Amino acid sequence: MGGTSGRPSTAIRVEGLSKTFDTAAVLHDFDLDVRAGELLGLLGPSGSGKTTLLRIIAGLDFPDRGRVLFGGDDATGLPVQKRAVGFVFQHYALFKHMSVADNIAYGLNARKRAERPDKAEIKRRVGDLLDLIKLSGFADRYPSQLSGGQRQRVALARALAVEPRVLLLDEPFGALDAQVRKDLRRWLREIHDRTGQTTIFVTHDQDEALELSDRVAVLDKGRLEQVGTPDEVQDNPASATVLKFLGDAVEVEAIAEGGQVRVDGRPVPGVVAPAGLIGPVKLHVRPWQFQLTDPSAAHLRGTVRSSHRSQGRQRIEVEHGPGRPLLVEDFDGERYAAGHPVGLRIVGGYVFA
Amino acid sequence: MSETAAATFAAAPAKPDTPRSAVTEGRAVRWTLTAIAIVFLALFLVLPLATVFVQALSKGFETYIATFREPDALSAVRLTLIVAAIAVPFNLVFGIAASWAIAKFEFAGKSLLVTLIDLPFSVSPVVSGLIYVLVFSAQGVFGAFFVQHGIQILFALPGIVLATIFVTFPFVARELIPLMQEQGTAEEEAALTLGASGLWAFLTVTLPNIRWGLLYSVLLCNARAMGEFGAVSVVSGHIRGLTNTIPLHVEILYNEYNFVAAFAVASLLAGLALVTLLIKSILEWRYAGELAAGGRH
Ligand SMILES: Nc1ncnc2c1ncn2[C@@H]1O[C@H](COP(=O)(O)OP(=O)(O)O)[C@@H](O)[C@H]1O
Ligand SMILES: [Mg+2]
Repeated sequence: MGGTSGRPSTAIRVEGLSKTFDTAAVLHDFDLDVRAGELLGLLGPSGSGKTTLLRIIAGLDFPDRGRVLFGGDDATGLPVQKRAVGFVFQHYALFKHMSVADNIAYGLNARKRAERPDKAEIKRRVGDLLDLIKLSGFADRYPSQLSGGQRQRVALARALAVEPRVLLLDEPFGALDAQVRKDLRRWLREIHDRTGQTTIFVTHDQDEALELSDRVAVLDKGRLEQVGTPDEVQDNPASATVLKFLGDAVEVEAIAEGGQVRVDGRPVPGVVAPAGLIGPVKLHVRPWQFQLTDPSAAHLRGTVRSSHRSQGRQRIEVEHGPGRPLLVEDFDGERYAAGHPVGLRIVGGYVFA
Repeated sequence: MSETAAATFAAAPAKPDTPRSAVTEGRAVRWTLTAIAIVFLALFLVLPLATVFVQALSKGFETYIATFREPDALSAVRLTLIVAAIAVPFNLVFGIAASWAIAKFEFAGKSLLVTLIDLPFSVSPVVSGLIYVLVFSAQGVFGAFFVQHGIQILFALPGIVLATIFVTFPFVARELIPLMQEQGTAEEEAALTLGASGLWAFLTVTLPNIRWGLLYSVLLCNARAMGEFGAVSVVSGHIRGLTNTIPLHVEILYNEYNFVAAFAVASLLAGLALVTLLIKSILEWRYAGELAAGGRH
């Protein structure tokens, strides 16, 4: 998303949203902007409030405090029918007793007579959507006669049929197996590129969010931790929570002084300590930010506990004093047997104030 | 070599043609149990039902038909139909509303409402009838008000309808609550996000999803409404040709030793029971998946 090519307009803004169920606070003073035409991934562990946020934007739930704005207009009190959102549920929620075509046409048929397209027009729109979801021959099938992936595509077409101003997808592929998920992910991105539909996509799968989204919003315990492009959140995670949620990392004891971060007296290249931070700190290191090296020139020394190969890389667990073993990722090179002494050079990492 | 042969030989008889599980009883036990069940059913259910028709037709078909030309019998049939025609739709609406509220919303007093809905099943119908007498008699809580306004509740159609509604009102709600709970609110929410009004979502999504359960429960509700004796007997006053329903009329004829007529009229109820049973079985067989699993009565 280039910053110079004009300011993208805000399609949806939530301001200071708070929501409490019974006694448990689910959202705390939550702010978020969604830009027109973007695909925003909402990423957070299970129970972090993603569904609740989506339901509040849709008007299926109402906040205790805060506002929901659609294109600058306050929509907080607007009933769900008037919001023109397309909602895709994790478990499809297709109408069991209706054919695929009737499911897709539902939103158009539900309109008041004056606003309803005529029969031929509805039929044409349904046909176009069936083409889009690549289920052209399935108009007369019933949901029970479709696979999970096909059902979710129908649910998406049904939501798109009403030409919503925003598409809200709540873990749409959560109930599907790995291969189907991957295919649908790619397909959803294609559809988004073609339609330019503003979309919020909820997931607890970081790969899914990072692969699919224009921007990712990371949630934890009802708070927004960070928003940014997949590159931004990966290169500059705003907190240890974001860092850990986006992938494996280990903590290494380090000392900050004079803007540098040192481990075992040796400065770690590429890591700058936050201004004013002096003394012992935790350095968070990704597996690929270690290099196996000669023990005499290393930041850390240890012994190989185990190693296994996957997709052209070796993942090596290195025993290093008490505590959890270090996870090291190395391109396939020399093989290490368990018990082999190794030195580790740290070539990057993250320190949080 | 010989060892292998012996082993094969020994293994052969150990492999039975149908594996017998631990819970499968021997053939003799199975047959005995089945026979006992059949004899019991024949003795206590089929025989009495058959007797009704045999007795009804014992003086010939002409006499049987003549029973229904009698004005009192006709009036009993008419009253029963009217009562059912009011009580069943009322409980249909009440049942749908109550189960909708209970299954799809959280509110204070919900479990109390569920318990109250079951009350008529646990109270003897005679007691239910007596409650209405107490409430609506001239000395009762509301009685004075209605007497002042010249409205007759007890010993008239309104009392009979009220008593019938009371004893039949669990039927629809009891079937629909588990059914609606099982189905949840996801489809309705989907309909709302697509722009449907609450009423439209109810008509096009909720109702079709419960249609067979609804038919099933209405059928049972109707059978009970037409056949109710205890509660109706207390509030009706047994006025011949006026406040007698079919069951009450049968009792009167029977007490007058008019057995053929009694059984002839009773055969209507027996016929109703058979038709109900038939449709109920068809529904259970054909739409088992769309009925509430726990709601079978
Ligand atoms: N209707 C509800 N009643 C009570 N608690 C709820 C309700 N909906 C969600 N919660 C609670 O709110 C928290 C966040 O839920 P949710 O928004 O579904 O998280 P996520 O979608 O990120 O998994 C959870 O702890 C959940 O138990
Ligand atoms: Mg969720």
